Amino acid sequence: MSDIGIVSYGAYIPRFRIKAEDIASVWGKDGPSIIKGLGIYEKSVPSIDEDTATISVEAARNALKRCSVDPSEIGAIYIGSESHPYAVKPTGTIVGEAIGSTPELMVADYEFACKAGTAAIQSCYALVKSNLINYGLAIGADTSQAAPGDALEFSASAGGGAFIIGKNDVIATINSTISYTTDTPDFWRRAERKYPAHGGRFTGGPAYFKHITNSSINLMKKINSKPEDYDYAIFHQPNGKFPISIAKKLGFSFEQIKQGLLVPNIGNTYSGATMIGLASVLDIAKSGSRIFLTSYGSGAGSDSFDITITDKINLLKRKNAPSIEQMIKNKKYIDYGTYAKFTDLLYWE
Amino acid sequence: MRDVAVIGIGLTKFGELWDKSFRHLITEAGSKAIFDSGIEGLEIDAMYVGSMSSGRFIGQEHIGALVADASGFSHLNIPSTRVEGACASGGLAVREGYLSIASGLNDIVVVGGIEKMNDVSGTAATETLAMAADQEWEAFFGATFPSIYGMIATRHMHEYGTTREQLAQVAVKNHSNGALNPFAQFQREIKIEFVLKAPPVAHPLGMFDCSPVTDGAAAIVMCSLDKAKKYSDKPIKIIASGQASDSLSLHERRDICTLDSTVKAAEKAYKQANITSNDIDFAEVHDCFTIAEICAIEDLGFVKKGEGGKAIDNNITQLNGSLPVNPSGGLKSKGHPVGATGVAQIVEIVNQLRGEADKRQVKNAKIGLAHNVGGSGATCTVHILEGI
Repeated sequence: MSDIGIVSYGAYIPRFRIKAEDIASVWGKDGPSIIKGLGIYEKSVPSIDEDTATISVEAARNALKRCSVDPSEIGAIYIGSESHPYAVKPTGTIVGEAIGSTPELMVADYEFACKAGTAAIQSCYALVKSNLINYGLAIGADTSQAAPGDALEFSASAGGGAFIIGKNDVIATINSTISYTTDTPDFWRRAERKYPAHGGRFTGGPAYFKHITNSSINLMKKINSKPEDYDYAIFHQPNGKFPISIAKKLGFSFEQIKQGLLVPNIGNTYSGATMIGLASVLDIAKSGSRIFLTSYGSGAGSDSFDITITDKINLLKRKNAPSIEQMIKNKKYIDYGTYAKFTDLLYWE
Repeated sequence: MRDVAVIGIGLTKFGELWDKSFRHLITEAGSKAIFDSGIEGLEIDAMYVGSMSSGRFIGQEHIGALVADASGFSHLNIPSTRVEGACASGGLAVREGYLSIASGLNDIVVVGGIEKMNDVSGTAATETLAMAADQEWEAFFGATFPSIYGMIATRHMHEYGTTREQLAQVAVKNHSNGALNPFAQFQREIKIEFVLKAPPVAHPLGMFDCSPVTDGAAAIVMCSLDKAKKYSDKPIKIIASGQASDSLSLHERRDICTLDSTVKAAEKAYKQANITSNDIDFAEVHDCFTIAEICAIEDLGFVKKGEGGKAIDNNITQLNGSLPVNPSGGLKSKGHPVGATGVAQIVEIVNQLRGEADKRQVKNAKIGLAHNVGGSGATCTVHILEGI
């Protein structure tokens, strides 16, 4: 077992919320049946001056507040997002400068739909393991887009998680990680298009379920573990139904996924989704707890992780930054008009 | 006219078959049917394939030749023809195959039906299906098939007191049958409350009153009856093939609650078979919507006009009723790959008459009827089969 893993963590969820019912009423849809169908009551909305860069900075600062890592010791920053503010110009440099990690720093922006954040964790893990860096910062953050009136409008939300990966004072050891990747066009956004397109029901069985199932089973086979070995499990959560269904299918109980299941109250934060789910588990996890995590990114692939909490968790100043529960509770409702303004729906050329 | 028998059947699983292509599906159904019949490729005189809109669904026309080619028969140069009549494409293909053998021109014919519908969005599928309605008088004004059948249902309720619950019971019955069919798209029973509370589609029809969008294919091998025993221990004789047309648009009809094409096709079929509707032991009818099954059992003469709703209340059409309707689960539960449906109905009838329908076997099944409709009733085929 390696002793490489998570040294600290932080997250950020914008405080604005819009209720699914309010979106439904604008489009003449039946709110209660949509809430029941999707399992989402409300979603987070980024303010007009928030984007993936600001969310990443907030999440990274929250991670730094909890530990004593000197930002200048961070040797790599990888940010996974499908809403990087610039098509050309990295988000990672903005974040690196803002938290004081520049200039001796490896940086690149990642994109793999909703799993680019966990891909960033894998890269940082590998760089630490190969002794190229002491600490790496892996971030998954998004201000995800949904076309007005599209089914995605009920779920696409904003938020992010940041994880400092290293080998000193590790609070959560990454015991093993694998991926499962195929070319599956279930959801995409062409260059210069404002909103993504998706394959409707094709995004379910042959996409989300196939990849998470295979990745999860492959990891458990590889390390010879079983669902009941874990205290917590986190699965990608594009809506409230899919993660509950995949957990059941794989043999995990609702109790195991409850702490990491945030989509009913904040929506799908895309690259942030499993990252915030993991942050929520780290908010309460005790030494010795074992965590199973599988992300999913359209296009398509899944990353699975087997993680064990160490006794160093007791030294982490978890209260120095707000917990996920506190961020979920700190909210302000907005109407659809304000939502339209904040998310640039009123954009024209 | 020579007598004709079905000597082989083949069916794919119906459903959202993301990992199976058009070619895969039709060759799977076709090879199953050919294997079941015991014929060799060299013996095939002709092929017919029913498909409503392969051009819109998968961007491929000219599928008559494609199907023969994909089946590995291109070197045999077998004549292969695509037949189109909206959702009755399959029934028409069966009839073309039947006529070519009955006429004495061909001895052995393979008939297939297919639709690969899930490669386009739900909206595109609805638009494509709406092309079977009158483009100028119906589709142009926004009428889709759920809305057209919704109008039929509303009028049927007004004229005959048919209830919302009776419509829902049709779906409940067909799901109950489909739960016993391993090839069905939806193999689960549903409760009436589930149907009544489902999201509305076109008043009074809700989600569970409508047949689904389905990928699937079916195939049969037909042969002149005098040669059938050479290949099959249980050849099933086609004792009648009826076809009729009507106005393309609903508003031109004499009575929108009656599909005259069904009435006429059935009349011709009963006359050819020299039987009446009373002689039919079970039927596969075109329940694209729940109201369509109610109209069908009336128009086929199983019950009086207006009493189709009561038939479901009296359990006549249940699997263990006096006249089981849609033992396969029908279009509602088995699924409705439009071009495949008419052929798949024959597959079910043959299964039942051979006594090989397992848990959904209709007791004492001797004569079965298949009823396939295109559009809202502009085309209809009725085939009657008998075990010998």
